[in-house]
Amino acid sequence: MSAAFRIPGAGRLKQARTASFSFDGKSYAGIEGDTLASALLANGVHLVGRSFKYHRPRGFLSAGAEEPNALVQIVRDDARKTPNVRATVQELYDGLAANSQNRWPSLSFDVGAVNDIASPMFSAGFYYKTFMWPKAAWKSLYEPKIRAAAGLGVSPDRPDPDHYSSRYAHCDVLVLGGGAAGIAAALAAAETGASVIIADEQADLGGSLRFETGARIEGKDGFAWAQAAVASLKGMDNVRVLSRATAFGYYAQNFVGLVERVSDHLKSPGADLPRERLWQVRARRVVLATGSIERHMVFADNDRPGIMLASAARTYLNHHGVAVGRNVGVYTANDSAYAAAVDLKKAGVNVAAIVDLRDNPTGPAIEEARALGIEINFGRAVVRAGGKLRVSSMTVQPKNGGGERTIPVDAILMSAGWTPSVHLFSQSRGKVAFNDETKRFVPGTYAQDCVSVGACNGTDGLSATIDEAYAAGAKAAKDAGAKATKGAKPKVDAGENWSRGMLGAAPGAGPDTTVKAFVDFQNDVTAKDIRQAVHEGMRSIEHVKRFTTNGMATDQGKTSNMHGLAIAAETLGKPIPQVGLTTFRAPYTPVTFGSIVSHARGPLFDPTRRTATHGWAARQGAVFEDVGQWKRAWYFPKTGEDMHASVNRECATVRKTAGLFDASTLGKIEVVGPDAAKFMELLYTNPWEKLEPGRCRYGIMLREDGFIYDDGVVGRLAPDRFHVTTTTGGAARVMNHMEDYLQTEFPHLNVWLTSISEQWAVVAVQGPKSREIIAPLVEGIDMSDEAMPHMSVREGKICGVPTRLFRMSFTGERGFEVNVPADYGEAVWEALWAEGQKHGATAYGTEAMHVLRAEKGYIIVGQDTDGTVTPNDAGLDWAVGKKKADFVGIRGLTRPDLVAKGRKQLVGLKTKDPKVVLEEGAQIVADPKQPVPMKMIGHVTSSYWSENCGRSIALALVAGGRDRMGETLYVPMPDGTIEVEVTGMVFIDETGGRLNG
Amino acid sequence: MLLIRCPYCEEERPELEFRNAGEAHVARSANIAGESDDDFEKFFFIRSNPKGIIYERWRHIHGCARFFNAVRDTVTDRFIMTYKAGEPKPSKLPKNSNDVVSK
Ligand SMILES: [Zn+2]
Repeated sequence: MSAAFRIPGAGRLKQARTASFSFDGKSYAGIEGDTLASALLANGVHLVGRSFKYHRPRGFLSAGAEEPNALVQIVRDDARKTPNVRATVQELYDGLAANSQNRWPSLSFDVGAVNDIASPMFSAGFYYKTFMWPKAAWKSLYEPKIRAAAGLGVSPDRPDPDHYSSRYAHCDVLVLGGGAAGIAAALAAAETGASVIIADEQADLGGSLRFETGARIEGKDGFAWAQAAVASLKGMDNVRVLSRATAFGYYAQNFVGLVERVSDHLKSPGADLPRERLWQVRARRVVLATGSIERHMVFADNDRPGIMLASAARTYLNHHGVAVGRNVGVYTANDSAYAAAVDLKKAGVNVAAIVDLRDNPTGPAIEEARALGIEINFGRAVVRAGGKLRVSSMTVQPKNGGGERTIPVDAILMSAGWTPSVHLFSQSRGKVAFNDETKRFVPGTYAQDCVSVGACNGTDGLSATIDEAYAAGAKAAKDAGAKATKGAKPKVDAGENWSRGMLGAAPGAGPDTTVKAFVDFQNDVTAKDIRQAVHEGMRSIEHVKRFTTNGMATDQGKTSNMHGLAIAAETLGKPIPQVGLTTFRAPYTPVTFGSIVSHARGPLFDPTRRTATHGWAARQGAVFEDVGQWKRAWYFPKTGEDMHASVNRECATVRKTAGLFDASTLGKIEVVGPDAAKFMELLYTNPWEKLEPGRCRYGIMLREDGFIYDDGVVGRLAPDRFHVTTTTGGAARVMNHMEDYLQTEFPHLNVWLTSISEQWAVVAVQGPKSREIIAPLVEGIDMSDEAMPHMSVREGKICGVPTRLFRMSFTGERGFEVNVPADYGEAVWEALWAEGQKHGATAYGTEAMHVLRAEKGYIIVGQDTDGTVTPNDAGLDWAVGKKKADFVGIRGLTRPDLVAKGRKQLVGLKTKDPKVVLEEGAQIVADPKQPVPMKMIGHVTSSYWSENCGRSIALALVAGGRDRMGETLYVPMPDGTIEVEVTGMVFIDETGGRLNG
Repeated sequence: MLLIRCPYCEEERPELEFRNAGEAHVARSANIAGESDDDFEKFFFIRSNPKGIIYERWRHIHGCARFFNAVRDTVTDRFIMTYKAGEPKPSKLPKNSNDVVSK
């Protein structure tokens, strides 16, 4: 059964292929090839939404991507509820379910419409004025209420189940827009053999040939020619045709982002299909064939459902076979609306009258309408539309005033002229120029290797468009390096011409009236709002835009910008170019987050790095924490243990017997070469020349400003070879820092730097029994205290595989770090674990590691330091070579501020109540009785419960801290002030006896 | 995304492979320990931050890993030319920067 407004014989859709769909729960019949808009119109449905601010009833303005009104929610299932879909773009599929938005309780009766009556409150700039007082009410009352009332659809509340893909592509010529101009340009470029990509936002290429019945090319109907041409392009190996693909952004050096909608038009998309595909195309040359967009007429109540662009009505008729009404009126200021009247009249629709603002226009379009017997009124304006949920009449008046006449209509087709789509050109940083004669902004100065052709370039007429586009396509290919074109230019037999028109408000829109003559439908901005903005002092169009929000909705003012600009210019009494055009920014139409994020979400959001022992730790029930990209074992709870119990046991066991810890994530850099020691002297504060091979040293790296940048133990394996360790988080930047100096400041040094972080797995074995655990597995290394004292390194074998065995400690116990090639990491760990079991050793995680090092006052760069801490501040002055003539940071250390008294210094803190554990980051004051805001003299950097000390311990940066030993300081917290005593940083084994065994 | 020509790899590569490393031609004194406060301030803290032509250091970090110098226009973001670390500041810039980046 055919829908009521489907015209038999009209349009290109095959009537047999029906598709049923629902809108707000009601079922309708459509045809495959319909958009949701054309299918609703076929059923006589014009009312599809409520406006953003005033909740005014709204219908379809357009038949394309510029649509500001007909935004709906498409619901596939619970997780797929896409809001703000333009019904004019959404292709129909069988079973499609759509809902209207921004209305409650129903579309035809919407409580929010009271805003329309209360509209004086909501005039231009109302956000800035009405809700200024009281200030606190903005957050608690106004903002939430405004946001709730001004909704644009509802976000889905579940994770997006679809997947998205992305591709990079390169081509000689990228053609953006697949209308007559784009196709002609692509043909010319493709025939040279150049690689060509042509992209168009619609399902079928053809652009305005879709409705332009007056066009004939190569003996064919224009749209049929387009399909044939596209078929031949698709047959060429050097051409890629992208349909349903919107170029949304034009970036530097001909880099263009496009989104291809792959499956939103399918009834049941295959699970393997992405929903959308992001194309990032780098083109040698770009041809912009983006066409133009028709403007509406600005008159009172021009937003009533049933009032639409003339070209939209033609598209619905000539492509979809749908009449937008039975008795239509036309209101125009240029010729192109006449063609709409003619097409509809020929299809059997009554055209009540054409109202033309111009005085005595002439031309074939007008003659044809007259010949069909359509009433034409020159020099008149539509001053008002009747009806509410649907337009019911238009009231006509001579434009200079006079008697009114009301004509009943069920639709009004309007055209104020055509605006070249210079969005992408403008995004390319090209400068537009105003053509005073045609009142259009067209491409002026180019910033990139691109060219505009056809309507977007201000070229009028099909013949001229194809001439220009074909030549430009051939030239673009030639400039990209291709040979001369072999093909022939398509021959235009007939075309239409829609030049000229008007900008700004028509007589029915004021200026002194309070009527609502809409300029921007999506943001509910009227002609009056723009005038008011000027009257209130806005002079630049950028200010007018922000004050009124004109052009700031998701349609980015595709239909409204030029009208808004013209009204502002008229009110200011300035020519349009002096008021200026607002900047066009990406995206051209809204882009989903999904397409930009693509596969980079969930586990693929960021790489996950796992150490060699990860599997073992997981099997032991370790709890992991994220440290940068690393997963590190945090603690190893036994049955029934919580984190505290586990960490307490791990810490106690390490000091009593031994513990095994995976230290593989530490950064490791091999510094090799005849000048390796010289290089180390320059990059670290310490002296290195005299360090004997086989010995280690704790090194500090500064930035040039004198602040601590990184630290770590460095082993000298040979006179020309250092094994440097860095913090886990600092691995990459330390490597960068070293490379920077080696390549640019010290290139005379003969040194090679190699990152070896991932080559070596590291098992730290710490505790009194550590040597007993390792020794049985080691070959070729004498591990006695005499042969291998604290801070030494040996090369040999463990479990039959090569090892770099360090004797070093981050716990204060006798300790070793066993480096083995990463592939053997897990096996060696398991062997050490088996030995450790014999001695009652534990595996310990990063939390216990933190506690154990804090018990000894060992700092962690980035936790106890923050980029403003010098070695002296950290109590590490001993590590700075006093006799050195140069190292990075040597001059920074003597800056006046860095040697001044009273700097914050690292100290220990003990709470007076040993059970209280301070919060890291808590502020410290000297006098808790002083008025708020108190003078803060420092903060807690590390704080833990220490089972080994039987009390809490903390490290803190405190002003003049080392002169405050024994002083009582205070840590004010929300539930009371905590008393603390300033102490040294070492809480266990101050003499270091345990280190040496 | 910009294309940047690495003077060591001798080809244009996408911006993602590179990392900016601050202003170029800021030499570290051979006798930095003896520098006056004013000189050290100029060396370490003061940068030209021009509107227009800037000489800066980049690193082809996800490529050959070399540091090199570039001349860039901070208004248009266009790379005018690149050259190896250690080479002197170019006394003359190419006229049509477009030719440089697209060749
Ligand atoms: Zn390179």
